[in-house]
Amino acid sequence: MGYDPTKPMEGRISDLGPPNYEQFFPPVIKANKGKWLWHEILQPGVLVHKSETGDEVYTVRCGTCRLVSVEYIREVCDIADKHCDGFLRFTTRNNVEFMVDSKEKVQPLLDTLAGLGNRFPVGGTGAGLTNIVHTQGWVHCHTPATDASGVVKAVMDELFEYFTSMKLPAQVRIALACCLNMCGAVHASDIAILGIHRKPPMIDHSRITGVCELPLAIASCPLGAVKPAKAEVDGKEIKTVKVNVERCMFCGNCYTMCPAMPLADPEGDGIAILVGGKVSNRISAPKFSKLVIPFLPNTTPRWPETVQAVKQILEAYAADAKKYERVGEWAERIGWEKFFEKCDIPFTMKSIDDYRLAYDTWRTTTQFKYTSHIK
Amino acid sequence: MAKHETPLLDQLESGPWPSFVSDLKRQAEKKPECWDILGILELSYKDRITHWKHGGIVGVFGYGGGIVGRYADVPKLFPGVEHFHTIRVAQPSSKYYSTANLRQLMDLWEKHGSGMTNFHGSTGDIILLGTRTENLEPFFWDLTHDMGQDLGGSGSNLRTPANCVGQSRCEWSCYDTEEVCYHLTMHYQDEIHRPAFPYKFKFKFSGCPNDCVAAIARSDVSVIGTWRDNIRIDQAAVKEYVAGNYPPNGGAHSGRDWGKFDLQKEVIDLCPTECMWMEGDELKIDDKECTRCMHCINVMPRALRPGADQGASVCVGAKAPILDGAQFSTLIVPFMKVSKDNEFEELIEFIEGIWDWWMEVGKNRERVGETMQRVGLPTFLQVMGIDPIPQHVKEPRSNPYVFWKEEEVEGGFERDIVEFRAKHAA
Ligand code: HEM
Ligand code: HEM
Ligand code: HEM
Ligand code: SF4
Ligand code: SF4
Ligand code: SF4
Ligand code: SF4
Repeated sequence: MGYDPTKPMEGRISDLGPPNYEQFFPPVIKANKGKWLWHEILQPGVLVHKSETGDEVYTVRCGTCRLVSVEYIREVCDIADKHCDGFLRFTTRNNVEFMVDSKEKVQPLLDTLAGLGNRFPVGGTGAGLTNIVHTQGWVHCHTPATDASGVVKAVMDELFEYFTSMKLPAQVRIALACCLNMCGAVHASDIAILGIHRKPPMIDHSRITGVCELPLAIASCPLGAVKPAKAEVDGKEIKTVKVNVERCMFCGNCYTMCPAMPLADPEGDGIAILVGGKVSNRISAPKFSKLVIPFLPNTTPRWPETVQAVKQILEAYAADAKKYERVGEWAERIGWEKFFEKCDIPFTMKSIDDYRLAYDTWRTTTQFKYTSHIK
Repeated sequence: MAKHETPLLDQLESGPWPSFVSDLKRQAEKKPECWDILGILELSYKDRITHWKHGGIVGVFGYGGGIVGRYADVPKLFPGVEHFHTIRVAQPSSKYYSTANLRQLMDLWEKHGSGMTNFHGSTGDIILLGTRTENLEPFFWDLTHDMGQDLGGSGSNLRTPANCVGQSRCEWSCYDTEEVCYHLTMHYQDEIHRPAFPYKFKFKFSGCPNDCVAAIARSDVSVIGTWRDNIRIDQAAVKEYVAGNYPPNGGAHSGRDWGKFDLQKEVIDLCPTECMWMEGDELKIDDKECTRCMHCINVMPRALRPGADQGASVCVGAKAPILDGAQFSTLIVPFMKVSKDNEFEELIEFIEGIWDWWMEVGKNRERVGETMQRVGLPTFLQVMGIDPIPQHVKEPRSNPYVFWKEEEVEGGFERDIVEFRAKHAA
């Protein structure tokens, strides 16, 4: 028997939660949980963990495009069946990890992966670049200002050598969000790619009555730019809203709440670049990413301007930062004025904060460096 | 045969990184609706705007969330994605899988959906991308009956919790992140499936301050492992590092010549509190001054280990920018034992303390971090029954705009101007 739409509540099972994780542990993990002593990265993408029992587990990490098909997952299963007793895991950055319990089993696994074309690139460990945490984009969301999967592919193609090597001063986390809801990790990443709008919402007076709760749309605006208003539709006066264009900074939150306020636009929309965020507590406290490039166009399908900007920042950092220094630590040590100079990024008014606690970000000291910015 | 021309997307098939376009095309051979995913995406690449209609409220009976509804704005051109709802499926802790489990789930999705997925959503769920409304209940039936699995969360409720790999494969995990994540997910099934909060609420669990699941940036309650005794030092292993026999940082920098390992420069001089030094050939740490940043342990995993008296710091309030700006979580409980022995009682009590208060005072669509900002950290600590300590702040306030309650001031607020004038003429 299956689901019966005439008796929807009959036989229904609910509140099961996720399956218990323990049944999915490879045997060597089950036997050594909580007993690990140390680990080492043998080569890019390959880790070994040593247990106090003497056991070892070897992990091979591969990049994925996160947006994957049933066929792809079956291919992952084939690999795990062949080499890993039918077990595998995914990481918090959407890489896939295959584990084996002895060193001899590593090379055959690597050979299988290498035989599958470019579908299973091995890497993402140590002081390199790992997968880009990203969002839905034009594949599934209604509020994006850019695409996710396409931009990520374009950037990873260009920076691929950093995924498969460990030659940076510290690990570099890139993240992308296609609007400033920032689903994911954009506000705390070394380099962040963020979809932004630059035009205020249009108001669809003919539809707003049926589809919006006006007080919600009004309360949704961080800057109080949405106000109640009246308009005439088919000779009848209706209640609607108006947007004070001077106050609107195009966040799109009113559209999230009210379908009659769309703001997407091919020329207006594009990408901002933020840098210098981190989440770990290593040496310095977690940091927010900061806006350094206010706008780059949506040049489909390969976003060359965005790819170039990310590469430029990554390479200036790689050449200049000290060992263990994250992008944000480097920028703060040398000073942001030097960061802009070394990365060859023009500084604009848009990088100066003017929202609420903005004052804390201005320079209230005479300590600065002379750079090309001072004429 | 391709159903639509996709000249723009075709350009994303070249290059070394795995191509989602090639993968979609392969799937389309078996699931023709994938041609329409490619078609509508190609149109977005051409028009440079999204082609999904606003919102979409769909679901399964009994639950208030778990499925994100979506409809194409050009259904005539792309009937295969006229309905394109996303199902969030609850993932196992740490995202370990057996191939048997994954294959069964893939078979179900091939039967009921588009054949495309996200492994995984940023919150942690398995995302099954794209199906029609009439398939939702039959899929849910098969998921629960055949697989014993459930949906994840969406909407104004507790979202799917997630954790770092923890003790199952990391030597630094100071508590069992997998077990607490699983236990609390089961404990709060009702809060996950039936929205009852002012807004969304998330838990994340990291085993140590490296924070591999980014708890401090991405969860309303961030539980981050730590210890309160001394870092465990193996002096013999320290000597091996100094002698160059063990690679620093587990070999994380081996792709470049950074010179011979220099303990003074790479560890002692980088310690944020300057609490380490060498005494002869022994490494010393003044643990009272250590802030447990993990740097020295990260550099010398074979010589240094977190202390043995382990627990977690609990921080509250992280969120993305909307509305009032992005926030990291704020330290509230510096050290809490996180133990299965008492069913995580202390943590559960803490969480429910927040909910009892926030469900009452939180405004519509106000994240708990924003509520904390609105009422102030002092008020938040008070409602939680927590005494203020210096660890709660990065620095004391610099403005003197201090509130005093009437009962804290001798004589209260009621005063008589005539009495004042008797001593101080105008
Ligand atoms: C050197 C020692 C380190 C070890 C052994 C280590 C261990 C791990 C492990 C086991 C994972 C996979 C976790 C999971 O997916 O659940 C991971 C991922 C991650 N770690 Fe660490 N970690 C280390 C240092 C750090 C540091 C210092 C940071 C931050 C500064 C960090 C941030 C992350 C992040 C963001 C991920 C997700 C990466 C991915 O899945 O590709 N880790 N780490
Ligand atoms: C209709 C609109 C939205 C869609 C389609 C959407 C979609 C998503 C998806 C698919 C995820 C990953 C979910 C998962 O892993 O379970 C996600 C996560 C997230 N969403 Fe949204 N979202 C929307 C609105 C918002 C809004 C309004 C906000 C904030 C104001 C927001 C903030 C976030 C954040 C911060 C995460 C990441 C959480 C984490 O990293 O764990 N989203 N969203
Ligand atoms: C809450 C509001 C106030 C703030 C934040 C504030 C701040 C300051 C600061 C920072 C200084 C030290 C300046 C320096 O040494 O460089 C100062 C000095 C001073 N303030 Fe204020 N002040 C406040 C209110 C007042 C009020 C209401 C008065 C008088 C009615 C006042 C009178 C003075 C005087 C006379 C000095 C100099 C004190 C001295 O001899 O060192 N202030 N104030
Ligand atoms: S970041 Fe914005 S546009 Fe992208 S998936 Fe999240 S809500 Fe949608
Ligand atoms: S786009 Fe943002 S700033 Fe502009 S009116 Fe809407 S909510 Fe306000
Ligand atoms: S957060 Fe700490 S315990 Fe958890 S995986 Fe990362 S390094 Fe290990
Ligand atoms: S953990 Fe950090 S603060 Fe503590 S001794 Fe090591 S480097 Fe210093």
